[in-house]
Formats: sequence, C-alpha cells, structure tokens
Amino acid sequence: METIKLVYPVEGGDLIEAGEASSKMKLTLKKLGLPQDVIRRASICMYEGEINMVIHADGGEAQVEVDSDQILIRMIDSGPGIPNVQQAMQEGFSTADSTARELGFGAGMGLPNMKRYSDEMTIDTVVGTGTTVTVKIKIPQ
Amino acid sequence: MLLSEIKEILNATVLWGEEHLDREVVSACGSDFMSDVLAYVKNQPVLLTGLVNPQVIRTADMMEMCCIIFVRGKVPSQDMINLAKDRDIVIMTCPKRMYEACGLLYYNGLRGNCDGND
Ligand SMILES: Nc1ncnc2c1ncn2[C@@H]1O[C@H](COP(=O)(O)OP(=O)(O)O)[C@@H](O)[C@H]1O
Ligand SMILES: [Mg+2]
Repeated sequence: METIKLVYPVEGGDLIEAGEASSKMKLTLKKLGLPQDVIRRASICMYEGEINMVIHADGGEAQVEVDSDQILIRMIDSGPGIPNVQQAMQEGFSTADSTARELGFGAGMGLPNMKRYSDEMTIDTVVGTGTTVTVKIKIPQ
Repeated sequence: MLLSEIKEILNATVLWGEEHLDREVVSACGSDFMSDVLAYVKNQPVLLTGLVNPQVIRTADMMEMCCIIFVRGKVPSQDMINLAKDRDIVIMTCPKRMYEACGLLYYNGLRGNCDGND
C-alpha cells in the first residue's frame, strides 16, 4: 500500500467547529477499511489534539500519514509552546480557561489520553514558537 | 435494552432518529465532562449528559456512540440535531435529572460496562 497523506487545517477561535478535522479523518479511515479499534484510537487522539490546538494555540494543522502498518498523526501549531512537558503530561494538569471548561474540556486529560490511545507519542515544543504533537497508531497485521 | 425501551423508561422525547429506536444497547454512561468521556468510556453506546454544545455530538461520534440523551429537559439547537443526524446518532431529551435518569436505566438492567469504578 502506498502512503496516503492527508492534511487538515484546524481553525483557531471558538470551539464550535473543533472536531471537524477528526471527523473527516475518521470517515477516510473507515473508507480505507481499517480495523474499528485502530480508527477509534486514531480519532480520539486526533480529536484531543485538535481541541488542544484550538484552546491552547489558536489553531494549526493536522497531517496524517496512513501506511499498511501504521497511522502517523502530526498536530502542528505556532502557539505559545509548552514550558514544562512533563507537567503537561500529568493527568489533571490544565491551564485551560473557563470557556473551555464550560464546553466540557480542560480536565487535563487530553495529552494523557493521547498517550494511552496511541502506541507512541512525542511532543516537540519551543516556548514562543509552537508545538508539534506526534502520535503513532500501529495497525495489527 | 432497545432505545425504544430507554425512551419509555425515561419518558423521553426523541428529537432525531425515531426510526432507529430498534437499536439494541447493553451499556451506557453519564457525564457532563467530555474529557472524561474520552478518557474512561469504553464500548458504551449511550451517553446521558446535561451539557449542550456541538462538542457533545462530536465526542459521541468519536466514541462510536449511537444515542445521546439530554437530561434536565435540555434541548439542543437545530444545528446540533443536524450534526447528530449526519453522524447517525439518535437524540433524546428527558425531564429527569442526571442521577435519576442513570439510576432508572441501571435499575432496569442497563449497566455501565466498567471494569473498575464509575
Ligand atoms: N498545543 C498546545 N500548545 C500549548 N500548550 C498546550 C498544547 N497542548 C497542551 N498544552 C498544555 O498542556 C496542558 C495539558 O493538556 P491536556 O492534557 O490536553 O489538558 P487540557 O487541554 O484539558 O488542559 C494544557 O492545559 C496546556 O497548558
Ligand atoms: Mg486538552
């Protein structure tokens, strides 16, 4: 199988549209006939990443690469960066404001969730420059 | 349990998906916190919530849920209902509060499908 590359812009601003990119990716993965569990895990990771890009970084871009053995999702933003990644990875740590909380987010579970649902996760971040969160989901053969 | 039975038990009104009430489900969950739904829910196709915004529909969609029940008589906007329709998710609203709604369904046999505590 040739690598399939998908790119989705993620708009900043309010949270109303957040999740559109994840939804589109999910539909594409379904059409590719990937296992349900793989699709579910990839969709949750992407959705949490999308929400993060909207509430913490005013948007960004999601790049998805699908191979026969894995899905790689890169969520790239030019936001404020994460000063302490170890702290950000802790369950319950959140700097989200009340707007995000009112919409049901900001529990500090996003990054830990992405780690839990992916097979590999890396965070590249520079304060003042931006953040790239990459998750890999293996496709059982 | 069939969605039609859930409708009966909760005295709920179906806002979209009347024709899909023959769907059968074995577990459900209740939360106003979408982060928690994404973190802890596993194979629970019904979500009871008092939170009303499009992210509720999107979260349910990511979790492959087939029905959302808004408690405390909350009614979502037409945009939300359209989103749910597009995602093939049945939408109901019921006058009961969260605790009572969950309790009634549990009492009638709809469990939480949790290994640990919930
Ligand atoms: N893309 C990002 N840009 C800047 N900061 C981020 C980003 N993603 C996460 N963070 C930081 O890491 C924290 C934890 O993220 P997360 O676990 O998703 O929890 P939450 O989004 O609920 O706050 C956030 O509160 C924020 O401070
Ligand atoms: Mg988050």
